Amino acid sequence: MLLEGETRIPSGCAISGIINKSGKRMSGAAIIKSIAVMHDRSNGLGGGFAAYGIYPEYKNYYAMHVFYDSTTAKKECEEFLEKHFDIINLSKIPTRKIKEITDEPLIWRYFVIPLPTKLADSQLDEREFTAKCVFRINTKINGAHVFSSGKNMGVFKAVGFPEDVGHFYKLEEYEGWCFTAHGRYPTNTPGWWGGAHPFALLDYSLVHNGEISSYDANRRAIEMYGYKCTLQTDSEVIAYIIDYLHRKQKLSFKEIASIIAAPFWQTIDRMPPEEKEIHEYLRVMFSAQLITGPFSIIVGYENGLMALNDRLKLRSMVVGERGDTVYISSEEAAIRIIEPNLDKIWAPKGGQPVIVNLNGGNL
Amino acid sequence: MAVNYLYPEYEVARNYDRCITCRACEQQCSNQVHEYLEDSGRMTCDDSKCVNCHRCVTLCPTRALKIVKSGNTYKENVNWSGKTIDELYRQASTGGVLLSGMGNPEKYPVYFDKILLNASQVTNPSIDPLREPMETKVFLGRKPSGIVRNEQGRIVNNLPPQVSLSMPVMFSAMSYGSISYNAHESLARAAEELGILYNTGEGGLHDDFYRYGKNTIVQVASGRFGVHPHYLNSGVAIEIKMGQGAKPGIGGHLPGTKIVGDISRTRMIPEGSDAISPAPHHDIYSIEDLRQLVFSLKEATDYKKPVIVKIAAVHNVAAIASGIARSGADIIAIDGFRGGTGAAPTRIRDHVGIPIELALAATDKRLRDEGIRDSVSIVVGGSIRSSADIVKAVALGADCVYIATGALLALGCHLCRSCHSGKCNWGIATQIPELVKRLNPDIGYKRLVNLLTAWKHEIKEMMGGMGINSIESLKGNRLMLRGVGLNENELDILGIKHAGE
Repeated sequence: MLLEGETRIPSGCAISGIINKSGKRMSGAAIIKSIAVMHDRSNGLGGGFAAYGIYPEYKNYYAMHVFYDSTTAKKECEEFLEKHFDIINLSKIPTRKIKEITDEPLIWRYFVIPLPTKLADSQLDEREFTAKCVFRINTKINGAHVFSSGKNMGVFKAVGFPEDVGHFYKLEEYEGWCFTAHGRYPTNTPGWWGGAHPFALLDYSLVHNGEISSYDANRRAIEMYGYKCTLQTDSEVIAYIIDYLHRKQKLSFKEIASIIAAPFWQTIDRMPPEEKEIHEYLRVMFSAQLITGPFSIIVGYENGLMALNDRLKLRSMVVGERGDTVYISSEEAAIRIIEPNLDKIWAPKGGQPVIVNLNGGNL
Repeated sequence: MAVNYLYPEYEVARNYDRCITCRACEQQCSNQVHEYLEDSGRMTCDDSKCVNCHRCVTLCPTRALKIVKSGNTYKENVNWSGKTIDELYRQASTGGVLLSGMGNPEKYPVYFDKILLNASQVTNPSIDPLREPMETKVFLGRKPSGIVRNEQGRIVNNLPPQVSLSMPVMFSAMSYGSISYNAHESLARAAEELGILYNTGEGGLHDDFYRYGKNTIVQVASGRFGVHPHYLNSGVAIEIKMGQGAKPGIGGHLPGTKIVGDISRTRMIPEGSDAISPAPHHDIYSIEDLRQLVFSLKEATDYKKPVIVKIAAVHNVAAIASGIARSGADIIAIDGFRGGTGAAPTRIRDHVGIPIELALAATDKRLRDEGIRDSVSIVVGGSIRSSADIVKAVALGADCVYIATGALLALGCHLCRSCHSGKCNWGIATQIPELVKRLNPDIGYKRLVNLLTAWKHEIKEMMGGMGINSIESLKGNRLMLRGVGLNENELDILGIKHAGE
């Protein structure tokens, strides 16, 4: 049978996210509790978390989380890392043995910074250099897969139900100001850890519920800009689109939302002239980045997150607020379980982004 | 009649029990097939003149007529078919090049018919176009590589000129001269009502049709007939015709008999003189020359109109397209080997060029591999026969399609493939006034609008079934396609999987 990455596997899912706007750090226990409520939206074939603000002591270094199939792959990958980066710290990622999670690969973490000489030679900026190295490892080194590569953030994922994945990685021992979670319901049994979500590149992480009908149009377009879709998952391609639009085209998340969940032409035609011109421009200019089909996504980034539904809202997603904390989830129950007393709760309309930045952040 | 060894391919079968001798068939046939015999009071006919255009069949009030394949046969021979023998006899008697009209009818694979579309089940909802918006609007033109902001941080509109279409279909080039005034009027009016474009072809633009400028592509071909500054500025896009799918590598020839009156004036050549378009543009012997023409036309139009470069689908199409994309062209039009024509040497029409499906797939891939797919839009034609072909073409990577044969069929063409005779009984490919007036543009344009309205509905239904509600998400979405009965090489070139995979 073909594994994830060798074939395209549709899947349904649950997503959840918590962010504290003042940057107050909280334990990972809450997000596990939230995603566990939606147990039935996953089928045990993939779960994971992204956590922001968890590595303050290494906040200037890229945290590379890597799965290895073998020690040979590890050796080869470490040689590559040493050649391109200054490795400040490396260790196994702490896990606990539980019966629900089996067949784990070798899971390692490296805090790195590009070697100044290598970086200068490449004529790239630091983030592009790092992203290129991640692609190199993931496409060229057999058995090695970098699944997290941002600063002061990390992705933790595995094959299993999400709550078990959280326990496996001891997520409750991490403290961060933002967490997102994903429980997966793929329609196949690839059993490959790299295929679980969140999907991340640099500090962008993505959890996604849905199956996008524009997949191959999006994939073929983004691959033209130097990305390689090795997993053939929707989340991967959406993450690359966001990286491309935000990091490379320097678009704001509000603008990104009007590209990937663009307003219908009939809506654009009713806009005031200035707004109309911008929206028409974005749709024409970035037509290949429009995403159709059902999705709800939570994008995590350096200093905030964005939650977004497809333009027809074909997937459920609710947002709750209590004080400085914002909760986002596929189901209201998954918010109520961790915060029963909300100041407000609402379901954003299709294509209407919910952007939450750290206070003082402006993206 | 001199012996020419030829037995008619078709016979006119008349049911004399039904025939009321109204002589409509006789009046309608410009080929003079039918004749009234005064002595017997009966109709007779000369099958050898029949081109099988169905004009008489359609207009016979008692349905007394039909055209049937002649039962006459040569001694069976797999190698020497009846058609081959007939063509040889014809050449032996005339010493001439065989001529044909319309597209290649021969038995080559039609890849569109070996590609199937996807639909959503369970994991992804299909979308009902009757309930939800379903967008088919497309823009054609070059895209810049990045955004630019002004000092206030506002995005600056840095898009080069684009054309906007309500659906991904345009009427491809057919010159005034090769087709009639009424056919042109039908196309122009339909394009206006549909929010799409039609194309002047190489015959210039008749004074009466300048008012349809917002829906017009003006063509510049190797003969440069009818080209002047006002003409270039009158449409919304300019097309440089480098080649045509029906006759790659050769030019065109509109006989002097068709260069009459308005046509002579529109083409800016004397009445009765043959309009000969050379095989190459004599100012374009290589890609760098093309670049000069592209920019000459842009200079002439103040960089306000996208330039289309149209080529025939030939073996090296992807590399040629890549060169064109780097030549300043905004749009590449590729014409497949099934594309139609008013007249082409039969051997060229039937043996030169490649299928549009393969040319499109190869070109789209090549431009993406080179990272320049955004530099150009791709329009394909030759031959798009239905809304399903359009959906498949877009999913293979086209931005838009060109239709011409389909449009002529809507106007009444019965594909008798005798356009080159100039005696089109349907008033399309003719300049004989009595024949031209048979095509009523009030009806003709409406039929074109009907056709494309129907196709638009069908495109929306197919998109909705795939869970796609905007045409841009279908473009190049090859996972929505599967091949049936194709070999590995064909699948590889098309960039699609086999059904079941």
